[in-house]
Amino acid sequence: MSASPLIEIKDLRIRFHGDDGRITHAVDGVDLSVANGATLGLVGESGCGKSVTSLAIMGLLPKQSAEISGAIRFDGFDLLTTPDQTLRDLRGNRLAMIFQEPMTSLNPSFTIGDQIIETILRHRGGSRRSARDRAIELLRRVHIPSPERRIDDYPHKLSGGMRQRVMIAMALACDPRLLIADEPTTALDVTLQAQILELMRELKAASGAAIILITHDLGVVAEVCDEVAVMYAGEIVERAPVDELFSAPQHPYTVGLLGSIPRLDHRAEQLATIEGMVPNMAQPPAGCRFAARCPFVLDACTKVSPPLVEVGVGHLSRCIRAPLELLVS
Amino acid sequence: MALLEVNGLVKHFVAQRSLLGRALAHVKAVDDVSFALEAGKTLALVGESGCGKSTVSRLVLRLIEPDAGTVRFDGRDLLALEAGTLRAFRREAQIIFQDPYASLNPRMTVGQILTEPLALHDLVPPARRVERVAELLRLVGLEPRLARRYPHEFSGGQRQRIAIARALAVEPKLIICDEPVSALDVSIRSQILNLLRELQDRLGLAYIFVSHDLAVVKHIADHVAVMNLGQIVETAEADALFAAPRHPYSRALLSAIPQPQPKAKRTTVLLEGEIPSALDPPSGCRFHTRCPFVIERCRSEAPALLADRTGHATACHRTAELPSADAILPTAGGFSPALAKLVAAFSRKTEGGSPAGVVKQGTTSTTM
Repeated sequence: MSASPLIEIKDLRIRFHGDDGRITHAVDGVDLSVANGATLGLVGESGCGKSVTSLAIMGLLPKQSAEISGAIRFDGFDLLTTPDQTLRDLRGNRLAMIFQEPMTSLNPSFTIGDQIIETILRHRGGSRRSARDRAIELLRRVHIPSPERRIDDYPHKLSGGMRQRVMIAMALACDPRLLIADEPTTALDVTLQAQILELMRELKAASGAAIILITHDLGVVAEVCDEVAVMYAGEIVERAPVDELFSAPQHPYTVGLLGSIPRLDHRAEQLATIEGMVPNMAQPPAGCRFAARCPFVLDACTKVSPPLVEVGVGHLSRCIRAPLELLVS
Repeated sequence: MALLEVNGLVKHFVAQRSLLGRALAHVKAVDDVSFALEAGKTLALVGESGCGKSTVSRLVLRLIEPDAGTVRFDGRDLLALEAGTLRAFRREAQIIFQDPYASLNPRMTVGQILTEPLALHDLVPPARRVERVAELLRLVGLEPRLARRYPHEFSGGQRQRIAIARALAVEPKLIICDEPVSALDVSIRSQILNLLRELQDRLGLAYIFVSHDLAVVKHIADHVAVMNLGQIVETAEADALFAAPRHPYSRALLSAIPQPQPKAKRTTVLLEGEIPSALDPPSGCRFHTRCPFVIERCRSEAPALLADRTGHATACHRTAELPSADAILPTAGGFSPALAKLVAAFSRKTEGGSPAGVVKQGTTSTTM
């Protein structure tokens, strides 16, 4: 933990009230912090709460159906109690976000230049002329060829990889302190993904912004993140420096995930499988939420929900059987 | 004799027509593609969006008609088949699609979905069909009692199992798997990959496995063909290709895959620029606009796909002069002994969907 984290999330809980009266516990007691200039990977499978967490940081969850408690401290604000007007000043300015689908997050009826310039004028003011110059500069920074001409293109004229570059340029328009990237390369081809990941590393080195990278791809995490938090069923089950997480994971769910990816460095006869299903989040089970699928389960696991405790330097695990090495030695 | 022999396959789609309906522009989706597949083996077609890999798979089934070339299946010329005999052929070759949410009829129960092919091809007398459906469900690791349920009651992985069961219903020799695991979560993906391999061993199926993910391909394929803009640029035994990829595009693809090894330092071949449009593919070698090894000859002259003695074929003028691929290959890693033992604990249970998983299924979707 660094002295003063840029963003600190304390006991974040998000519950959705469905039309049929059912309550879904999407996020349950998440604590997270990211230091200035660090990259945190938030990993998990569909429905684990990783995207909802990021939307809560951005203040983008629907007020009618989402019940949020806890605290999100960022730059002297508690984002959960900040008035909408102030949030709008922060968003796109000091807080920025890139989404998975560059096709749907750009407005098709405005040129990409208009959309970047709008962001700059909204937060920085100044003349349209100077905003346009800055927009061209940003497009150049994300390696869009001949940005002076491209700036007047409509989104449909750009390929998927180019659109994602435009989204990144827009996110960087006001030099954000925190950039949230939600599956930024999932919709892209592998060679384009490699380009975008390289770009993110480059921009991070240049700007010093902190990044929260949300992904289901452990390979992407290994390539760009410093630290990783693994989420399962609305909780963080493990948090560790990236090397540690891949070499000595301390939560069975992380072990299962690592074993289930096909790898280029060795061919397993059979991939690991995590049997069973994610628990029903309308009625989360008592005890460990992974217990029903865990090969190392004990009776005690199903009784009390295990706390997230330190098992190594900066390495936290929500498993009463950690350190796991002892189970197989 | 090979189960499937494809020779000189060509498909150009009309992209634009004049007012009078004359074709103005063509997308050269597939341009002179040839390959062969043995019974019981897996051929992977690999490449990025728009490389023509899905079009090839549809041409092989004659779901779309090729402009030129031949497809021989079990010795028969598919393109000469009449409608009636074509339907009989479809019994022997089936396809599974990427999106299990879109490929199952939401208004039919799983039982109806699986009975349809049995009735269509009149494979099983009506009285025995319920029994056969139960057998198929068990084969893909689902409980027979689930036959009464509708697709929306299942998770993505279970739906893909149903799609596989439907393909198996007609006892095919060949199944084309078009990105079968791309839409699935990682832990579900491994279940489906294991299932596909196990079914191949048990039933002697041949697969054409269409994928953009070389890590998945390495896990499942015997033979690999790498495609770029409608053409095969490299093809070889999977082990040979992964040990020493030759074509600069294969190398770039392989090195671009993010590896779950934070410490490993390998060189990533970063390709400049965008994937060119198949509407107007580059002259000469179609990869020359992005190739780090491009020379003048590549711009004007298209390289032929030439095989060496081992059958490893490459379409590149500079095959012999390229540097060794060692720097881009992933360092041999794998798990530490302790981690390997922990991972093994996840493989020990019986394969397929355990009944435990199925029982809980209803709880995640809306209760009926």
